[in-house]
Formats: sequence, C-alpha cells, structure tokens
Amino acid sequence: MFEYAPAPESRSIVSLAPSYGLFIDGEFGEAKDTFKTINPADEEVLAEVALASPEDVDRAVAAARRAFTGWSALPGSERAKYLFRIARIIQERSRELAVLESLDNGKPIKESRDVDLPLVAAHFFYYAGWADKLRYAGFGSDPRPLGVAGQVIPWNFPLLMLAWKIAPALATGNTVVLKPAETTPLSALFFADVCRQADLPPGVVNIVTGAGDTGRYLVEHPDVNKVAFTGSTEVGRQIARSVAGTGKRLTLELGGKAANIVFDDAPIDQAVEGIVNGIFFNQGHVCCAGSRLLVQESIAEELLSSLRRRMATLRVGDPLDKNTDVGAINSRAQLDRIIELSEIGSTEGAERWSPPCDLPDRGFWFAPTIFTGVTQAHRIAREEIFGPVLSVLTFRTPAEAVEKANNTPYGLSAGIWSEKGSQILAVADKLRAGVIWANTFNKFDPTSPFGGYKESGYGREGGRHGLEAYLA
Amino acid sequence: MTATATSRLSGLPDSPADLRTFLHGLPGVDKVGIEARAAALGTRSVKTSSKAQAIDLAIRMVDLTTLEGADTPGKVRALSAKALRPDPADPTCPAVAAVCVYPAMVPTAAAVLAGSGVHLASVATAFPSGQAPLDVKLADTRDAVAGGADEIDMVISRGAFLAGDYGKVFDEIVAVKEAAGPAHLKVILETGELGTYDNVRRASWLAMLAGAHFIKTSTGKVGVNATLPVTLVMLEAVRDFRERYGRQVGVKPAGGIRTTKDAIKYLVMINETCGDDWLSPDWFRFGASSLLNDLLMQRTKLTTGHYAGPDYFTLD
Amino acid sequence: MPKSPKTSAPTAVADRSRLAVRKTYKLYVGGKFPRSESGRTYLVDGDNVALASRKDARDAVLAARAAQPKWAGATAYNRGQVLYRIAEMIEARRAEFVALGVAAAEVDAAIDRWVWYAGWSDKIAQVAGNANPVAGPFFNISAPEPTGVVGVVAPGSLLGLVSVIAPAVVTGNTVVVVASNPQAAITLAEVLATSDVPGGVVNILTGKGAEIAPWLASHDDVNALDLSGVDDPGLATDLERAAAGTLKRVLRPVSGVDYSGDPGTGPMTALLEIKTVWHPKGF
Repeated sequence: MFEYAPAPESRSIVSLAPSYGLFIDGEFGEAKDTFKTINPADEEVLAEVALASPEDVDRAVAAARRAFTGWSALPGSERAKYLFRIARIIQERSRELAVLESLDNGKPIKESRDVDLPLVAAHFFYYAGWADKLRYAGFGSDPRPLGVAGQVIPWNFPLLMLAWKIAPALATGNTVVLKPAETTPLSALFFADVCRQADLPPGVVNIVTGAGDTGRYLVEHPDVNKVAFTGSTEVGRQIARSVAGTGKRLTLELGGKAANIVFDDAPIDQAVEGIVNGIFFNQGHVCCAGSRLLVQESIAEELLSSLRRRMATLRVGDPLDKNTDVGAINSRAQLDRIIELSEIGSTEGAERWSPPCDLPDRGFWFAPTIFTGVTQAHRIAREEIFGPVLSVLTFRTPAEAVEKANNTPYGLSAGIWSEKGSQILAVADKLRAGVIWANTFNKFDPTSPFGGYKESGYGREGGRHGLEAYLA
Repeated sequence: MTATATSRLSGLPDSPADLRTFLHGLPGVDKVGIEARAAALGTRSVKTSSKAQAIDLAIRMVDLTTLEGADTPGKVRALSAKALRPDPADPTCPAVAAVCVYPAMVPTAAAVLAGSGVHLASVATAFPSGQAPLDVKLADTRDAVAGGADEIDMVISRGAFLAGDYGKVFDEIVAVKEAAGPAHLKVILETGELGTYDNVRRASWLAMLAGAHFIKTSTGKVGVNATLPVTLVMLEAVRDFRERYGRQVGVKPAGGIRTTKDAIKYLVMINETCGDDWLSPDWFRFGASSLLNDLLMQRTKLTTGHYAGPDYFTLD
Repeated sequence: MPKSPKTSAPTAVADRSRLAVRKTYKLYVGGKFPRSESGRTYLVDGDNVALASRKDARDAVLAARAAQPKWAGATAYNRGQVLYRIAEMIEARRAEFVALGVAAAEVDAAIDRWVWYAGWSDKIAQVAGNANPVAGPFFNISAPEPTGVVGVVAPGSLLGLVSVIAPAVVTGNTVVVVASNPQAAITLAEVLATSDVPGGVVNILTGKGAEIAPWLASHDDVNALDLSGVDDPGLATDLERAAAGTLKRVLRPVSGVDYSGDPGTGPMTALLEIKTVWHPKGF
C-alpha cells in the first residue's frame, strides 16, 4: 500500500490565550467563572473560557439593545460595508480560523479549510449585498429589523453556524447576542476579534460562552425579540415551549434522519461517494447527514461491496493531518451516545461492519460504521445518531422508497441517486424534506435556503428566504 | 454455436446488439461527481519519504515518448539512452518503463534498449487518427513488432465508436491484437474525442472485452488529453472489469502530464481507486516526455535538500 | 353581530301557510355532514348545533390527512378552478348568508376573497420560490410546498373564516377548522360540498375552541396551527406550547386584524415549506 507520510498542518498559526472572557459591548471582559475547552483529538486543554452568568447575559442583551438604535438606523449600504469587511477579514484569516476550528472541534483540516471557512466568508459576502436591497426581497416595501436576536448554535460547524446566524441578522439591521456551543466556543471568540478588527460598532455582536443554562437564559430573556436555534430536536421543543406566548419570532434548525435513496440505475461510483460524503463528512456530526441508506434491493449487494471497499480507504485520525478524512468525535458525551446507539443496533440484530482502522489511544474516536439488515423498526433507523454510523435498508419500488424515506418525524434532507430525470423529479416532489440532493449530497451555498419540515424545525437559513426570519 | 454458448457462460456479449446492450447497461458517470472526486484526491498531501517513493515509482512508470514528424534516429537514440539512465549523475535513479516511438523508429530504439529490460512501445494502426483501412493498420502493427516493439499502442476508430458501430471497433481491436502477436496491446481511446464520461466508460469496457492489455487515454495529438477524472473513470473500469471477469488490465494516461505534482495525483488516484495491484509499471504507465525531467528535479531536491534547476538535467 | 330570528328564515317566506323545513346544522368532516360522535348539540340562535368533541377532531384530522396528498398533487390550475367555483357557489347562496345575519358587504368580500385566492394558486410558487445561483455546477431551485394538515381556530366572522381557510387550502394544505359561528360556517361547508372541493380538504367542527383546539395542538399528525380566532391570550399560549410537542408551525393570533384589508402573501407562506432541490449539471 502506498502510505502517505504524516502531513500535519502547522498549528503555530493559531495563537491561543490561556483564558477568554465574554465579548460584550465591543470588549472582552475578565473571565471569572470558567470552563475548559479541550481538543477532542487528544483531550488536551486548549483554553479556559468564561461561563456566562444570567447577569452577564443581561449585560449582553442590554448592550445589543443599546446598539440596535444606531445599527438599525444606519443606511443599509453602510451595514453592507461592515459585513463585506468582516467577510474579507475572514478570508484573510481563514487558515488560522480553519486550524482553530479543527483544534476545538476535531474535524479534519481539509474540511475546515475547504468547506467551513470558504462557506463562512461566502455567507457574509452574500448577506452583505442584501443589506441595502431589502425592499427588493419580497418581504414588503419597507421591511424593518426585529431588534435583538438571541442565537444559540451547535458544535458541529461552529463558525459556519455562527455565520448562518449573524450574517442575515446584521444585514437586516438586528443586533445579536450569540452563544456558541459549550464544547466549541473558540472560533466565536475569534470572530469577536474579527468584529473588532472590522470596527463594528460595540454591542452589535456580543458573544456569551457557557453551557445549556446560558443558552436557556438567553432565549428566555424578555428583551430578546428573535430567537434562532440550531441543535437537537429535543432542545428545540423546549425552546418552542418557552417562547410560546411571548411573541418572540423563532426559527429552529433541528435534527434529521435523512434517507439517501439509491436506485438501480444510479451512477454507482458517484453514489458511493455521495453515501460516504453523506454520512462520514464531519464524522457524521451533520443534522442533514444521509444516515439512512435506502438502496434498491436489486443492486444492494453490488453497492454495499463498493461501499465497503471505499470505506476501507477512509483515513481516520489526526484532524490536523491534511490527509485525514474522518477526524475526532467532538466530545466524550457524543462518543458515548454513538457507542450506545451502535450497541443497540447490534443488539437489535443488525449486522455491523467497520473497515480495519487504527484509532488513536487518546481522544474521542469512532470508526466509520455501517449496519446492514436494518429495518424501519430498528432504533438506529429512527433515531439521530449524529456520528459516523450508517443504517442500510432496502426497497423494491420507487413508491416504497418514498414511503420509507418519509416514515420519520424528521424532514430535513434527503438524497436521490438515479440517472432517470423523471424519476428524480417525481421522487423529489414526494419527499417531505427541506433539502433534496439529487445525484449529490451535503452541498451548501449561501444562496440556497436550508431548513426542515416536520420535527426538523422551521424557518429557512440562507438565500433570500433566510432574510424573512429577521424582518418585520 | 459453441462459441456463443461459451461466451454466454462467461458473460461476454457476443453480438453487436449484445455489445450495445451491454455497454449502454453500464452504470452512468456523473460529470460533477467524478470531477469532484478526482479533485478531492488531488488534495492529498504526499510528503517526505512517501514523496520519494512516489517519484521513483512514477519514473519507473514513464513511457518516454517522442511522436513527432521531426523524429530522427539521432533523437530516438538519445531518448532511448535517457530511458536507460534518466539521471546519469545518480545511479540509484531507476530506468523508465518504456520508450514509445513511431514504427519507423522502432529498429533504432531497439538497438539501444535491447536486453535492458526497458520496454519498447510503438504507436501503430495509422496513429493518431486511425483513419486507414484495416489491412494498413495491421501491416503497421506487424512491422512495429517485427522491428522489435514489445508493446503496441493502437488507436480505436473513434468515428466508428461515435457512429455506434461498436462491433467494428471490437473487431479491429481483436484483429490488431492478433497481428501484435506476443506484444502487449495498449488501446488508445482518445477520450478527448469521445465527448462524455459515459463514452469513456463504454470505450474502456469495449477495449477490455476485445482483449486490450492496457487502456490508454490519448494520442497527445488532440486538444484534450489525459485528465484526472477521465483516468479515474478508466481506473474504475479496470477495477470493475477484473472483479467481473478476473482479468487485470492496465491504464495509461498520456499527454499533458508534465509535473511531479500531477504524477503524484495520479498515483494517489490509483491507490485509492484500485489499490496496490495497479501501483506497478506492469499496470500503470505515464505517456509523457517532459514529465521525466520534472520528476528528476524533484528527486534531486529531496536528496540534496535544495531546489534543482533545469540546466542540470539532460534535454533529450 | 345580531342574527335574524328563526321566524324570518328564507324557507318560510314563500308560503305563509306552509310549515318551513328547518336545516339541521351538523359537522362537516371528510365531505360528509355527520353529527358529533358525542351526540352533543348546543343552542345557537335557536338552532341545535353539533357540539364537536375531541373524537370528532380526531376523525377530522384523519379525513384531512387522507385528502391531503391528492389535493396537493392536483395541479395548481385545478385548485384555482375549485376555489373559483366556491366563489360562484357562495354568490348563488348570497341571500342565505345574509339571512343568517352576515352583512351583504361581508358576503361580497368573502366571495371576492375566494376569487383572489383562486388566482394565487398558480402564482404563489413563482413569488415564493427561487432559482438559486449557487457557486458550482448545480441546478438549484427552491419551491414552496404545502405543510400538510393545518388545524385552524377560525375568527367569528364569515370573512375571517374564509380568510383563514382559503390561504391554507389554495396551496394544497387540508384543514380542520374549529368555527365559532356555526350556522355561517356550516352553510359555507354546504357551499364547499357542492363546489368540487374534494371531501376532507376542508373539515369544519362547530363547538368550543377551548375544548377542541388543544387536541389539534397536541395531535402528532397535524403540521401547523392557525390560532387567528383565539381571543384568550392564555389559551393561545397554551396551544402554542402544546404545538411545540411536534414542532408545529404556529400562526399566532394578532389582535384587531381587519380582514377587509389586503391579506398579503403572509397567510399563505406561513403554511408553506420551502423545498430546495439540487442537481448537478454536466455531460
């Protein structure tokens, strides 16, 4: 075998402070109560980060409220220039931010470098351009901002989710208090520094780090006008309940259990790539992951043998190695959940397979895994695992594929692989999901709206549609 | 009838109609997907010791080629000498796989290469267009073999292929293979003229079904020559063909591969598509000329630790 | 608004000597007019009106769900024709609504509203959808689709009722409506039943919002909840909270809505899902 020598990206480009305070009203405060954020690839502590108290959140919301007056009164063209500036600074610092993201999150550098960071910059560029064109967006002749947005984001794409939240909020004239995930707070704090570099007025963006309680306090804060959350369906439900009766606007981007449907006339090699990309991209820590493979029974064996062969070439390991395909699981807790659900899969009689791969001794790791012989009744076919675990089911006819694909409370995304145009269009019509990838998977673009049906949440992020959630 | 029964048993298509059904029954190739996969493999970072191994392997895979109207015995002798000892200053530098010349130059090259282990390939069959009667193509082939070529690089009739006359293409390959006798047969698909990746896959299977030892991308004489995605389609084809029929077929991208960086991308692609079995000059070749000097410069850089310059390598 | 006393019902006008045949106001579920399974009625302006129960709500959701795929799958042109037919049928029964005490101008406005929405059927996707210029070789389009089954607590007026039903169904949703003006609502149901509206597309339950709506809000097979007719803020909050169980889309009540104004596209888009489809381009 042609072995590739280690090709580590240098981490010296990232200069980490021992501790980080909250970013409120344009200033980094002192960190009083703190928690540690670790590198999931080796469990080393990267930095200590402030644990925001309710009073801290109050201060952040107050700062955002004060800033709202001036920010919302700025001509759109001026807001646009701040966002363009931010986009440019992100581009210039993208290698640094990519390495930071891989350190804190565990994702492979090739993904943070080639996917996350380019999309982050593109998102700011896209919404920058909207700031002075809102009256053309189809939401009325004089659309107005809502006020202060409380935003809570997950750990799987920390900076990208921040961009999805902050870029449209600022473009539309809202101000923001954002809470990054507990296990991945660093890139949001670096983004705060980007805001300072861009001379963004104080209070327009505030970053409060913390755990679930901090997020809860933020979304329940009476002076927040708009809540945007990306994360689990369970927390989304709690937020929807807490927002009830308050009149706060709410958008939720939640879990998924996407079907990736492969028909017998699919371009097989690209379908295999799509399956791999669908479930092993970002360690499967993707709400729209293609975690249920629905393959037409007539080609199931052939497809699975190709899939296993392809999986054997996946390189699992050091996230900073440029050749790593699958990095570290983000946290001990997430690893435990993946292990638990996988064991349930075995117990319930599904057949488990992973390619041989050496996992590092330290850190949180899980080998790419597929379960065959899975039926709709298996828990691994119904519950979101949020890890590199694929459940394989078969179907006989297009109608059965659609029925099985839709047989879930989720409805975020789905994949279709077929060379027959009429079949693709008919199936795409019938799938109850917000994003349909036909003959591709896990593609994202700032112009393309993203969001779910059913329990995968409501509202759309990205594109023209993404403006609506921030406009009155 | 017996032949029919036998080929039915082995699963080989045995009539033009069968051939068409078979080739059009192959899974499609999605352009965006195959190009994205090739590009992704192109981002592999091959450094230090693995880079050194890769460079030596790439040198050993070069079909050092000259296919010009201006080729002379002097030019071919010099090229052949270089094939034997690409870096005269470094005896650890391996020889290339083969020298590739026009049939008229075969005896000249054979005189230099005889007994060296470096193969002698000749393009034949009215290269590069293939637009000649079959008997001319066969005579071309026999002459090259008689002159000492142990590898024949034939071109398919793209006209017949694009006209849907797969039987004619198939029969020509069979005939040329017979004419080539003991020489190995590389079948040039001229992918730049086939128009689609689906056609590249079909032409690959057609050539393999007809008995090709190697499938080769290009003549180097048209606008688009070897590309990573086209080669990836062909690598998938040889991989799948062996899985189905048990026979291994080699792949040769030709034309446009000029840098070490490019060559390593191809090696990565083999590694992660077909695996070890194809990482050998017996199963993979680069049809190239200027590539060799870049490989030598990069090789020198790795051994000396500083960047090399073109004046220190022979221009043959 | 004041309702006319029974004695002046139009059926009695023709022949004073003849005893009028009164209408029985039942529910409208799955295209049929059943009584409440509970057997209950309540008295409204002298009529015994069916008092829907939670089981009626359950049956109505089943009917709405069964009808939804086909209704959504009908062509937009066809749905537009059906909605226009509704307008035609109300026009024909104009006097009946007036006799129920609905102001003539309001009946006219309700008719015109159906016409307005009929025209939207094959336009809303063009207004709410987009071709998206993604940075890559992909066809990418976002188009709206109906969210599915919508539970509606309707406002009391006829125009309000039409203004919540029409935007939901024009795009392919089906509805279970809790109506608080039973005679007008069931008369509207009679219109729907004779207007080529497939059974189950609109289901109307007469009764108490506070009793029925919680069952719709918590029902796992309801996709969205329109609370336009909920006057009690406490109830609205409870329903919104219950709807969070399956993350239903919720249209909150807005106080003081003037249904005679331009509704805009909001009432439609709130009950639409945006589906974005990607496909590579290449040969």
